[in-house]
Amino acid sequence: MPTVSVKRDLLFEALGQKYTDEEFDELCFEFGLELDEITSEKEILIREQGGEKAEGASDVVLYKIDVPANRYDLLCLEGLVRGLQVFKEKLEAPRYKRVSPADGGEPQRLVITEETASVRPHAVAAVLRNITFTQERYESFIELQEKLHQNICRKRTLVAIGTHDLDTISGPFTYTAKPPGEIRFKPLSQSREYTAAELMSLYKTDSHLRHYLHIIENEPLYPIIYDSNGIVLSMPPIINGDHSKISLNTKNIFIECTATDLTKVNRFTLIITVCLFVCFNTFFILFRVEEAEVVYPDGRLSVYPELAYRTETLSGDFINKRVGINESAESIAQLLTRMCLRSEVSGEGDLIQVEIPPTRADVIHACDIMEDAAIAYGFNNIVRSTPRTYTVANQLPVNKLTELLRQDLTAAGFTEALTFALCSEEDIADKLRKNITETRAVHISNPKTADFQVARTSLLPGLLKTIAANRKMPLPLKLFEISDVVLKDETKDVGARNNRRLCAVYYNKSPGFEVIHGLLDRVMQLLDVKPGRNQGYHIQAAEDSTFFPGRCAEIFSCGKSIGHLGVLHPDVISRFELTMPCSAIDIDIEPFL
Amino acid sequence: MADNGLLESVLRLVEKVDGGTDSQDVAADLGVDHQVIVGAVKSLQALGEVISAEQKSSRHWELTGEGREIAEQGSHEARVFNAIPDEGLPQNQLMKMPSGKVGFSKAMSNKWIRLDKAHEGGPRVFKTVEAIEDTVRDKLQLVQKGQSAKLEDKEKNELKKRKLLSEVTVKSYWITKGSSFSTTITKQETELTPEMIASGSWKEKKFKPYNFEAMGVAPDCGHLHPLMKVRTQFRQIFLEMGFTEMPTNNFIESSFWNFDSLFQPQQHPARDQHDTFFISDPALAHEFPQDYLERVKKVHSEGGYGSQGYKYDWKIEEAQKNLLRTHTTAVSARMLYKLAQQKFTPVKYFSIDRVFRNETLDATHLAEFHQIEGVVADYGLTLGNLMGILHQFFTKLGLKKWVEVGNSGVFRPEMLLPMGLPEGVSVIAWGLSLERYVDTHT
Repeated sequence: MPTVSVKRDLLFEALGQKYTDEEFDELCFEFGLELDEITSEKEILIREQGGEKAEGASDVVLYKIDVPANRYDLLCLEGLVRGLQVFKEKLEAPRYKRVSPADGGEPQRLVITEETASVRPHAVAAVLRNITFTQERYESFIELQEKLHQNICRKRTLVAIGTHDLDTISGPFTYTAKPPGEIRFKPLSQSREYTAAELMSLYKTDSHLRHYLHIIENEPLYPIIYDSNGIVLSMPPIINGDHSKISLNTKNIFIECTATDLTKVNRFTLIITVCLFVCFNTFFILFRVEEAEVVYPDGRLSVYPELAYRTETLSGDFINKRVGINESAESIAQLLTRMCLRSEVSGEGDLIQVEIPPTRADVIHACDIMEDAAIAYGFNNIVRSTPRTYTVANQLPVNKLTELLRQDLTAAGFTEALTFALCSEEDIADKLRKNITETRAVHISNPKTADFQVARTSLLPGLLKTIAANRKMPLPLKLFEISDVVLKDETKDVGARNNRRLCAVYYNKSPGFEVIHGLLDRVMQLLDVKPGRNQGYHIQAAEDSTFFPGRCAEIFSCGKSIGHLGVLHPDVISRFELTMPCSAIDIDIEPFL
Repeated sequence: MADNGLLESVLRLVEKVDGGTDSQDVAADLGVDHQVIVGAVKSLQALGEVISAEQKSSRHWELTGEGREIAEQGSHEARVFNAIPDEGLPQNQLMKMPSGKVGFSKAMSNKWIRLDKAHEGGPRVFKTVEAIEDTVRDKLQLVQKGQSAKLEDKEKNELKKRKLLSEVTVKSYWITKGSSFSTTITKQETELTPEMIASGSWKEKKFKPYNFEAMGVAPDCGHLHPLMKVRTQFRQIFLEMGFTEMPTNNFIESSFWNFDSLFQPQQHPARDQHDTFFISDPALAHEFPQDYLERVKKVHSEGGYGSQGYKYDWKIEEAQKNLLRTHTTAVSARMLYKLAQQKFTPVKYFSIDRVFRNETLDATHLAEFHQIEGVVADYGLTLGNLMGILHQFFTKLGLKKWVEVGNSGVFRPEMLLPMGLPEGVSVIAWGLSLERYVDTHT
C-alpha cells in the first residue's frame, strides 16, 4: 500500500475541522484507510540519520496514511481531502470536464514521429490553465507526480510524466527518438548543456535518477520531446529540460505522458490529469482540463485526455446479498455517492445507476461497487454470521504421515530442525561431493544472493548447517527434518515436483552408524514394515560419493530403493565446517502413503 | 577424604575453644600441613551441620628456601667468618666454600674480615674482630617462630630484597561448632542402594541431605521445532472447523496459476523480478487447461463476466514463466478450478506451507515463510459470513483483536467465473504468515 504523508494542520485546515489523533484514526478506518504513523520531519531524521542531522528540522506534525493500492485519486493532500469531504457528505463529488481552449484558439498539439516505435511509442498530452501555486500546493503537486511515478507508473518503466510551464514553450510539440549523441540540452538543475550520452554517465551516481537509466540505456535511439523552436521539453523517462521547468509563478501547465503500453497510458492519463486537477480544485472553481491533440505517425489524430464517465446498473439486492445487509436501494445509492460514485435509484425495481468517474479506474466490476458500499456502510456495522456450509475435513495424507513421524522421531531423542528450502548450488553439489548436473535441481534465475540459487534436492545440507551453527551445544547432536525437496520432473505441468523426505543426522565423537541404523529400524517399525528382503525392508552396501567408502548402505523397502544411510565422507564434514564424525539417513517417505 | 582419626582430632580441638579457631592454628597444634587441615574441613562440611567454616584470607611472612637454610646454618657472612682460622685462609680456598662469594662481600662490608692481597703465597683473608653477632639469622629465626611482628617493616623488606623472606596470602577457615556438632564421625550415605534394601541396613544409616536448590538433569529427549508446533496448532483449528487440507506440496508454480488465474494483471508489481523468484530451469510450464486459459486471457484483455477487464495485450509467454510460488493461493486457484469441473458442492479448504519472496535476508525479511490460508466456497456467502468465520477462527486461536494479523477478502468474479464455477457461488478467503503470527503473538 502506498503511504501518503500530509501535514496534520494543513489537512485539518482543508477539512475545515480539527480532530484528535484517535478521532482521525477512526475516520480513516471508516473510509478504508489506515493512519499508519504520527511523526514529524525531525523525528524521521532522528530515526534515520541520528540526532545531529535533525537539528533545525521541522517538527510540524505529519500524518502518514496508508492508501489502498488502487486508489490513485487519494495520493495527495488535495485528493485525500476531497475524498473525505465527499465521504462525510460535506461536498459533492466533483465532475471533471474537458474543454476547448478558452479563446477559441487551436488546442496544443503533440506530434509523434515513427522513430519512437522502437523505444517508447506512446504519448498523450493535456493542458492545465490558470493555476495559482503556493509553496505547499507546489510541493503537493511535485509529490503527487512522484507518487504516481513510483506506483502506477511502475518506477517510470510503464509511464513517465513530464510537466512544463506552457508559457515558456510554444507548440506544436514533436515527440521523436534520436541517437544519444545527437541529443543535446540543459537538463533540470544543471548549469550547462549535455549530450544524452553525457547525461547517462552523469546520472550514474545520482541517487534518484540512476534507478531509471536502465529503461533506455541500451537503446540505439532515446525518446525526446521538442517544441516548435527546437527547445527540449524532456527526455522521457529520465529528465526534463531546464528551460520549461515549473516554478511557483507558473500559470499554465503542459502535461505530457509517454509510455510503452497504450492501454496503460490511456487510462493513466485520465487519472493523472484528473488527479492533478483534483489537487487544485480546492482553489479552482472549475474542474476543467484543456484538451490537447496527439498526432500519430500514421496521421491519426486523437484528443486527450479522455474523461470518460461510465454508468453501471446494479440491484440493491445484489449489494445486500453480497455484503450481508438489508438496506433500501435509496440508502445504498447514498452510501455509494459518499464514496465518489454518484448513484441514483432508477425507479425500476431496486435498480441503482452508479456513475464511475474517470478517477476511479479501479472500479471495473459490480463487485468493486459492492466493496465501496460495504466500506461506506462500515465493516464494523455488518452483522457477523457463520456460513451454513457443511463439510467433512480431510487431512492431506502426506502431511498426516509427516505429523505422526515427527512426534515419534522426537520421542526417539532427535530434535526437529526447520531449514530453508532454497540454498546455493554448492550446498547440494560440491559440498555433498555431487555433480550439480546429476542433482535434478531446479535453478532460480534471479536470486539476490548466492544463498538462493537452487531449490534444495536434499535435506542434508540444511541439517549440517544447523549443526555447524550449534557446535557449542553438548554432544551428541541429533537432528531431523521431514520436509519437501524439489526435483525436476518432465511429467508435471511445470516440469518439477516436490518430494517429501525424512533426513536425520547423528554428530558425535564416534560416527554412530548403529544409532542412525537404529532410527531406521524404529521408523520402519512405526510404518509397520518388517525387516526382510521381499515384503519388508533391508539395507545393502552401496557407493555414494556423499558417504565414507564402505560405510554407506542403500535402503530398500518392498524391493524399492527409498534412500541411503551411512557415515558421511570426511570431506563433506569439513566442507560444512564440522569437525566430528557424523552419520546420516535420508529417505523418501512418499512410498509409505 | 581425610581419615576419621584426623577429623576427630580436629573436632576435639574445635570443642575446646569458644567462638571458633583458625584452621592454621589447628594445623600448628596438630603439627600437620595446613592443606591437610583444609581437606579435613571440607570433609567435615560434607557431613552436614557438624561444623561451620567460613573462608578467610590472611597475609603473613614466610622464609624462602634460602631463608630457612640461613635460619638453620647461619648467614653466609657468618659462615664465612666462622670458617676463617686465626692464621687466616687463602682467598681462593675461601671462595670455594658454598657461601664463599656472597659471604665474603657481606663480611667485608660488615668489616668482620680483611684481605691481605700482598701476602706471601697469594691473597689471604684474616678475621678483624674476635666475635660477631649474626643478626640476619636471629631475625629469620624470629619469623620462623611466627614472631615476625617483632621486626620492623624496614627490616622485613630488606630481607625480602635478599630473597630470604616472602609475604604470602593464606586462605584458611574460621571453624566454629555446627548445629549438629559432635566429636565423633558418622559417615552419611549418599544414596539408597539395592543392598541396603535387601539387608535392611538403611534403617541405621544417616543419609546425606539432597540439595533441592540444584537443577535436575535434562531428560534425554528430542524436541519439535517451536514454529512447527504452532503450525500443528493452526492445522488442528482448521480440522476442528471442518476444513480440508489442500495439496500444497508444489513449490514450483507457473505464473499462470500464481498470478493470471487470480486476475492479477501481467504488469502488476508483484510480478517483478525484484519481488518474485523466477526459475531458469525448468523455465516454462508446458501444460495448461486450454479452454480455461483462453477464458483467463479474455477476461484480462477484454473483460467479460460483468467486468471491464484490464484492456491490455495478455501474453501466454508471461503466463508460462515458472516461479517459486509467492502465495499458497496459487494452490487454492488450482483447487477451485478442479472443483468447478465437477457438479458443485460447497467446500472448505486450508493450507499451511512455504511461500517465497525475492528478498535479501535480514532481521525483518525472509525469502521464504509459511502462509496460512483458509478458503470457503458456497452459494450466497456474504462479507458478514467472512467476518463471522474469521471471528470463530481467531477465537479458537485465543485472539480477541485480529486486525493487522493478515488479509481476508472475497475472490473476484473475474477469477471464479472463468474457472466455470456457478454464478451465485462466492468464495471467501483469508491468509496470514505463520512467522509473523509467532513473532507478534508468542
